[in-house]
Amino acid sequence: MDAALELRGITKRFGRIVANDGVDFDLRAGEVHALLGENGAGKSTLMSILYGLYHPDEGEMIVRGEPVRIDSPRRAIDLGIGMVHQHFMLIPVMTVAENIVLADEPRSAGGLLDVHAADAKVRELSERFGLTVSPDAVIEDVSVGQQQRVEILKALYRDAQILVLDEPTAVLTAQETQDLFKVLRALRDDGKAIVFISHKLGEVLEIADRVTVLRRGKRIDTVATADATEESLARLMVGRDVLLRVDKAPLHRREPVLEIQGLHARDDRDLPAVRGVDLTVHAGEIVALAGVDGNGQSELIEAITGLRRVDEGSIVVEGRDRTGASARDMVAAGISHIAEDRQRRGLILNFSIAENLALREYRTRKMSNHGWLSTRRMVTAARSLIREFDVRGGEPETMAAALSGGNQQKCVIAREIACNPRVLVAAQPTRGLDVGAIEFVHRRLVAERDAGRGILLMSLESDEVRSLADRILVIYEGRIVGEFPPDATEEELGIAMTGGGRREAA
Amino acid sequence: MSAVDEPLPGGALGEPGPDGGGQTSAARLAAYVQGGGVIVPLLTVFLAFLAGGLVILITGHNPISTYKAIFNGTGLNWLLPWTSSADRPAAALNLQQTLILTVPLILTGLAVAFAFRCGLFNIGGQGQYLMGSYAAVWAGSSFAGMAHFPHVIVAALAAAVVGALWAGIAGLLKATVGANEVISTIMLNYTAIYVGDYLFGLGGPLQNGAQRSVPVSNDIVPGAKLHVFWGDPELQGLHIGLFVALAALIVFWVVLNRSTTGYEVRAVGLNPEAARYGGMSVARNYLLVMAVCGFFAGLAGAMDVLGWQFRIATNDIDISQIGFYGIAVALLGRNTAVGTFFAALLFGGLLSGTSQRNLDPTIFEPELASNLTTIIQGLVVLFVSADVLVISILRSGRRLMPWRRSRT
Repeated sequence: MDAALELRGITKRFGRIVANDGVDFDLRAGEVHALLGENGAGKSTLMSILYGLYHPDEGEMIVRGEPVRIDSPRRAIDLGIGMVHQHFMLIPVMTVAENIVLADEPRSAGGLLDVHAADAKVRELSERFGLTVSPDAVIEDVSVGQQQRVEILKALYRDAQILVLDEPTAVLTAQETQDLFKVLRALRDDGKAIVFISHKLGEVLEIADRVTVLRRGKRIDTVATADATEESLARLMVGRDVLLRVDKAPLHRREPVLEIQGLHARDDRDLPAVRGVDLTVHAGEIVALAGVDGNGQSELIEAITGLRRVDEGSIVVEGRDRTGASARDMVAAGISHIAEDRQRRGLILNFSIAENLALREYRTRKMSNHGWLSTRRMVTAARSLIREFDVRGGEPETMAAALSGGNQQKCVIAREIACNPRVLVAAQPTRGLDVGAIEFVHRRLVAERDAGRGILLMSLESDEVRSLADRILVIYEGRIVGEFPPDATEEELGIAMTGGGRREAA
Repeated sequence: MSAVDEPLPGGALGEPGPDGGGQTSAARLAAYVQGGGVIVPLLTVFLAFLAGGLVILITGHNPISTYKAIFNGTGLNWLLPWTSSADRPAAALNLQQTLILTVPLILTGLAVAFAFRCGLFNIGGQGQYLMGSYAAVWAGSSFAGMAHFPHVIVAALAAAVVGALWAGIAGLLKATVGANEVISTIMLNYTAIYVGDYLFGLGGPLQNGAQRSVPVSNDIVPGAKLHVFWGDPELQGLHIGLFVALAALIVFWVVLNRSTTGYEVRAVGLNPEAARYGGMSVARNYLLVMAVCGFFAGLAGAMDVLGWQFRIATNDIDISQIGFYGIAVALLGRNTAVGTFFAALLFGGLLSGTSQRNLDPTIFEPELASNLTTIIQGLVVLFVSADVLVISILRSGRRLMPWRRSRT
């Protein structure tokens, strides 16, 4: 096999932070090479260097045997390097074909865009690699998975031989991920060299031929996936043994603590989003709410936690009707809420850790006297929560913004558990976290379940749902369309999540 | 974009979070601006004075001697140990004038700063100040038989409450229908001017009873005047409003940093979504904060009327700028108590140092000099807004010109 690309001793510093430290990386034509590492391990930096977005402080790059200097994305494109970013760089109001040919348009005699030539080229490429998209659809009307295909087509249109995909599955459903993998295999068989950036072990093992693991900016090892297991990769990634499977004590289901009946709520555009949800969470169990993003789960959770108006139906907490209660009253009633987006809602990034940890209880005697904050009590409380929840990288006075994502999430979880809730609503509690932090969050959720709290877990990760839940409820278009045991297969859940399982509804 | 959302060089915000890419650039800028410390505002002032110096140079004067004359005009040389005893009495008089102007600047600065801390932009300090001064002049010129102390309290409180109600209109509109407070406070500024023109204009309900041909209010009675503690009361000495302003600075700091109300205000200002999640009413905070801002600005009006103006003429209403200077004060002072104090002192000094009375006309014509104050005010606002701009340009520059990164 030919070396399509070689990176030797790449070092990149940002001030005192060494993002890449003498990284070697080689990529062959006709392989999928995964770049695996925790958040902040330096994967994106390395690929940004390859794409000419940053300039390395040290090291050399060799493309197809030739030493090169890549000082701009334009140069990278000319060298046959294509990049599919995590967040797509498409123009929403333009068509698929227009986006693909953008900046490299086929021109007709008058210098105008040759629409037919563009369409034809796009059609040819998409047929060749099974990337079905309609060239004349407008970007804002097509799904996220299709937008990703457009990004891939954009790179292929520019004759990319090396294709870099930055966390491509983060935005995809399970089915879309499988479709993407089919495309990637076709590209590989065609002789393209593909870099697949991810921190999901299962996917890496499934799609990649080889894996290079980065940790804290350094290359740890490059291994063939045939010789690797999830456990061995996790150990390389984190630097210690990681418990990937959650150990759970047998279920001790007790009295119901949260009972929801016929709940209706609307979304921000005032359209019905939750359309008659019934569900019950008992003390001592984890109920998972599984579904494809945008099927009303966010609105349901906001309604339960007092952040969204309830149009119809009832919310009963520990036998008392709390329908229509405010966010503050819901907390008082015993519902805690690990918010879906810790940076937008769960935390105030420019508040200190102590101030953030006081967000639920700043008005109580624990934190204040008659309207005056007790800084001393806030700091003492923060210090003990920091210790109990192993928040690293900060003192009580440290700004939350300075913490890593995992430690920010620990702060949120610490605060929501500290107010001793009966029901813990956890919305995507591990979103964007790395393996080590995910392990912590999972263990903590199970511990709270064993301690007798009722847990409503909303997650888009079907692995997470299946490994944590005692019962799985699938939500589709604002309704619960099925209940599954934790040993349900991915396929069963997938079918229900896309509306196919309605007949099985309990 | 995640690929280019990298840590600030040098880790200005500490070790960047692994998913720091999700943080908005606005939040980052806010942190950067707040964390900028004292260097950035000092640099801002320096640049503004530098640019002002160029203007002086263009008009054919010597910037250094002009600035020296302005400085002496502020009376701040009174604080310097080497000022000769012959110069001291004049310096004392000038310093009293500077501090008299500093008083309302502190209060209108707080009126803007408090709103900023809650994420609101109160441009209505001027209107709130004017409404407060109307109330003060009415209360101060009525109740002639009242004892001194209660009369001052009543007049000052009347002004503060009217200011609070006036600003509360904008707060209520924001809280209930989401009306943009920038627009509504600007409109209320004009309304306040016309209310004053009506009240004190010819034939107006509060026009001077004795001089029917002059558009001016009644004088406040001697019992409602603020005590002068430094200088001659007949020669516009320094009144005790200075202590009111200093107390307001302390109240501002304590409430903001030590009370649950201030905690809510800051939370709403930094992240309204998180505040709502934490059980706070964002709308209630908007209303409350605007009212408190109006309270400060109204109090500023009272201090001027009860401290040295003693009456209001419609001419003065039309040209008054104190509330607008408050915006520059708050911006330069970074919305903090200490910063507001020094920024107010700076603008107080500029206003009095360039006034006709204090500036030696042989060095620089005062007619030009008062414009210079306006120029410097404008430049400060420009540079303060620009440092946000400069940071964002720097950042986008790095994004557009990646090769520059390696040199940072």
